[in-house]
Amino acid sequence: MARTPGELVGARPGTPFEITVDGRTVTAMPGQSIAAALWGAGILAWRTTRNTGRPRGAFCGIGQCYDCLATVNGEPNRRACLLPARPGDAITTQEGHGHAGLGV
Amino acid sequence: MPDSASEPYDLAVIGAGHAGLAGAVAASERGLSVALLDASGQLGGQFYRHPAPALGAVRPQALHHDWAAFDGLRRRLEKSDVGQFLGHHVWSVVRESGEQWAVHAVTGADGGDERPVRVRARALLLATGAYERHLPFPGWTVPGVVGAGGAQAMLKSGLVLPGRRIVVAGSGPLLLAVASSLTAAGARVPAVVEASGYLGYARRPHVLAVNPRKLAEAAVHASALLRHRVRLRTRSAVTEVHGTDRVEAVTVARVDPRWRPVPGTGRRIACDALAVGHGLVPQIDLATSLGCATRRAPDATTSLVLDDLQQTSVPGVWAAGETGGIGGAQLAGVEGELAGLAVAARLHGKPFLTEHGRARTLRRRRDRMRAFADAMAAAHTPGPGWSEWLTDDTDVCRCEEVTAGRIREAVTDFGARDARTAKLLTRAGMGWCQGRVCGTAVACLAARGDDGTVPPSVERRPLAVPVPLGALASLDEPDEPDEPDG
Repeated sequence: MARTPGELVGARPGTPFEITVDGRTVTAMPGQSIAAALWGAGILAWRTTRNTGRPRGAFCGIGQCYDCLATVNGEPNRRACLLPARPGDAITTQEGHGHAGLGV
Repeated sequence: MPDSASEPYDLAVIGAGHAGLAGAVAASERGLSVALLDASGQLGGQFYRHPAPALGAVRPQALHHDWAAFDGLRRRLEKSDVGQFLGHHVWSVVRESGEQWAVHAVTGADGGDERPVRVRARALLLATGAYERHLPFPGWTVPGVVGAGGAQAMLKSGLVLPGRRIVVAGSGPLLLAVASSLTAAGARVPAVVEASGYLGYARRPHVLAVNPRKLAEAAVHASALLRHRVRLRTRSAVTEVHGTDRVEAVTVARVDPRWRPVPGTGRRIACDALAVGHGLVPQIDLATSLGCATRRAPDATTSLVLDDLQQTSVPGVWAAGETGGIGGAQLAGVEGELAGLAVAARLHGKPFLTEHGRARTLRRRRDRMRAFADAMAAAHTPGPGWSEWLTDDTDVCRCEEVTAGRIREAVTDFGARDARTAKLLTRAGMGWCQGRVCGTAVACLAARGDDGTVPPSVERRPLAVPVPLGALASLDEPDEPDEPDG
């Protein structure tokens, strides 16, 4: 019986690489979305809501709900469940609408 | 491919799931030039979602039913000259002239590349699939609560799980498939919690009898769940999630036939994640913006009205799969192929030979599977009592953080009677997802479930996906036709 999803499908991924989440290093597999890499590291939240500041992460997993919005390499409002992870990506927890720097 | 780049394609197929693939291949093999567009960078849609090549999965079929059907279509597509536009998020479709349509898309994994693309075609096949229906409950915004379809999608493409001990809850046949996948991939599933029963199916024995593959599929899931000692609790619902920054446990309570929680029946189940969903909703934004007529399906969702050959009420626009009512991947493949044949016959100026062998087989299969889908849909329609498990401070609209209390206030104090008015008063449904997640719930609360049914929710969205202003502005630039990637 498979103990991991990778074992189940006989995954032989390419060389793992590192991304960072709020400065913390996380290992990602080539071919994974940013959200998948974060789930793989046990991280389920990478955004706080605009009004109550509550934590959120991926919910629908298919790009429909926008709960997984993250700031990726300085750019806010990227859907982490759709964006492929790339070596060196810097993910930062997105606060609210992600444009606090604009003073709006 | 069209003969020259300035000529329109014969057919643009939107959506590369089972329906779109089958339609594109069928039409192409009958001589049409076909463009196939999909938001994803990979073929297969949601059902045949699979890991990117770099993940090196040698047995992707371990997470799928009927992988051979997909593999066969993929091979035929590769042999064809269908223009593949993957990673293209279609945001609008417009009629440019009597027999010419323009499909507008933005590119990039999440549509963020801002490069606008326009594909022209003489006919359209909308195979845009579905997304998950959700009903809120206290604690459903806590990290670790994910869509049942979301858990399935993340597993199929990213080979990851949201936790180690995952309760699966809501309603509909997807729950069994999800629980079966999660356990196969190493998760422990302490319970599958289904708000309906399965007796609804038994009321249509003739429909079950002529759909043996569906019974076989259910038997496969059932035996997998037995093997993994997954407890199936019917007529029950998760009425509360415990935990602040992470799921720690859920409360599962019995519900009556109207989905009203039965007081005093709540039991706590420890878990670190919850995968929840209440069926699927047809994705028909593009169709409704074209004016295609809709109907209320037996599961209370809104789907497209289609004729016997899959054409919508708008001539020149066909649809297949979940857009015509939730029915599953096998049905989608049959409808897609039938639509592809019908479009080819129409554009070749031939009357459609309804007694033609293949078409007759497809129509018979479609009718049989549709009957099953309708029986299944009716069995899992949300009961009107579900809203009784909400507390006033439960978020209903996740994007705008609008609570049940505020929506009830809009109804009782300010006279809202429908989802649109509730939205204008509270902002519920006005956020990023455009009401896709909260639409059903807001419509139910606004109508106060008076007649015991789920009222229609707002399905009109002039732009099907968010579009950067830069992409809109560049529409006025000189016209350069776009080339496919593959």
